[in-house]
Amino acid sequence: MLDVDFSVRDEIFALLGASGSGKSITLKCIAGIETPDEGEIILNGRTLFDSAKKINLPPQLRRAGYLFQNYALFPNMTVAENILLAAVGSAEEKRHKLKENLSRFQLDGLENVYPNELSGGQQQRVAFARVLTSHAKILLLDEPFSALDSYLRWQLELELAEIFKIYGAAILVSHERGEVYRLADRIAVMNAGKIDTVDGKREIFKNPKTLAAMILTGCKNISSAKKISANKLFAEDWQLTLTAENIPDDLKFVGIRAHDLELRAEPDENTFAMEVVQIIEDTFSYIVMVRANGGKPIRFEVDKNFFQTSKIYLRFPIEKIILASD
Amino acid sequence: MEISPLIITLKTSAVATAITFFAGIFLAYVVCNLKRGKAFVDAVIMLPMVLPPTVVGFFLLLLLGKRSAIGKFFLQFDINFVFTWKAAVIAAVVVSLPLMYRTTRGAFEQLDRNIIYAARTLGVSEWKIFWRILLPNARSGILAGLVLSFTRAMGEFGATIMFAGNVPGVTQTMSTAIYAAVQANDYDLAFKWALVVSLFALIFIYAMNAVISKEKRTLD
Repeated sequence: MLDVDFSVRDEIFALLGASGSGKSITLKCIAGIETPDEGEIILNGRTLFDSAKKINLPPQLRRAGYLFQNYALFPNMTVAENILLAAVGSAEEKRHKLKENLSRFQLDGLENVYPNELSGGQQQRVAFARVLTSHAKILLLDEPFSALDSYLRWQLELELAEIFKIYGAAILVSHERGEVYRLADRIAVMNAGKIDTVDGKREIFKNPKTLAAMILTGCKNISSAKKISANKLFAEDWQLTLTAENIPDDLKFVGIRAHDLELRAEPDENTFAMEVVQIIEDTFSYIVMVRANGGKPIRFEVDKNFFQTSKIYLRFPIEKIILASD
Repeated sequence: MEISPLIITLKTSAVATAITFFAGIFLAYVVCNLKRGKAFVDAVIMLPMVLPPTVVGFFLLLLLGKRSAIGKFFLQFDINFVFTWKAAVIAAVVVSLPLMYRTTRGAFEQLDRNIIYAARTLGVSEWKIFWRILLPNARSGILAGLVLSFTRAMGEFGATIMFAGNVPGVTQTMSTAIYAAVQANDYDLAFKWALVVSLFALIFIYAMNAVISKEKRTLD
């Protein structure tokens, strides 16, 4: 079951969601690879799909350039043939387009090579060159880096940021919050086939308004919560009474990011004595699991010169507390 | 030794395979793109492969014989199928078509769907996708289907003898000639034809393997 509603301007728009949340299907419906049961899809004022008016443009006429996870290059064609298959214009124009895109994507000298002889990065660049020579008006990217190791991933992300400078309109589908934050302007959080929240990327990371948004923006500490008074709430899982601002009446969850918690030596406002449950050594820091009053563990991170003392205090900075009522 | 069975076999198999080749690719493409009734259409096309060839021949007699509606229609133009060279071709087409169709369809379906979707979203027409992407990438499967169909057409016996008969010099192929020779107790002649048929079959299958392994090498 998929039920989404959003509009994209000339911008980089991201659909952020867990696997199975329906973000890839949404993208496929826009491209015309999948057909929705009902609704409308409009691109630049052109109706691509409208179930009420029985309009369903074939993918060929939608001008939406879809980039596949596995690049989907034509295996029987050389790099040049791949790039030019969908190009329009005279032979002279095509030659020019080919030359321009080969150098833009550092593919010079590879024009007569077949896709199976290329590295993953080169294949992705060919796929981009192929879309840019076609008539596409918007780029649709389905988890563009998911098949790559972290080093290549970063290289290609840098390249993609460059491509986005040329190509102003794109929808990016991903489950990786960092990638989405770095590349996109606005983000829609998808959960169970529905758009959960749509907002600017800074707003959504600073103040995720729903549980799904909290989880997908990487908030590690989430507890169910109840409002007690104007500026007091009780975090049920953590067994803590916290001070916060602008608490909604229908508060359901409270969250705090692991790196926003502050380590203190003595009691203070919103500061609680914690029992250390577990210390896990991570690559460049310690992950410390603590709890208070027998509640569920809270995760925080400290650098490696942390000394374990029998009793530590953790401060929950008021301005860093995340509240959600959905 | 009368060589007409060899000539008739090669002629009917060549004509039948030419028809099967195009019909098989066409049907494979159509069935691949069917949204409904795929299993049923597939079963109808595949039926001649699993039915006893005599049953296929009998159905062809019923369907195209002089007393059938189609047979009567063609008789108006003085065209008769039964016990003619045309009947041998029709019988060979019907029994070899499932092989061509199935191998080609398998080759089409093996191609990553994303490649077709990518071409569509880029604006490449269905016609161009068929000629420039689908066919070239299915080439080894299509070649295999072609060789299998030809060898099947060459070895056709049951449907041919039911529908085209065993008229020396007209519809007598190598396989029906062997049957006739054994019936007449001429084992020498039967042995000679059996040897020729085996030799042809061997050459074709060997050629197919050689072509396919060469294809694989160029693809890897």
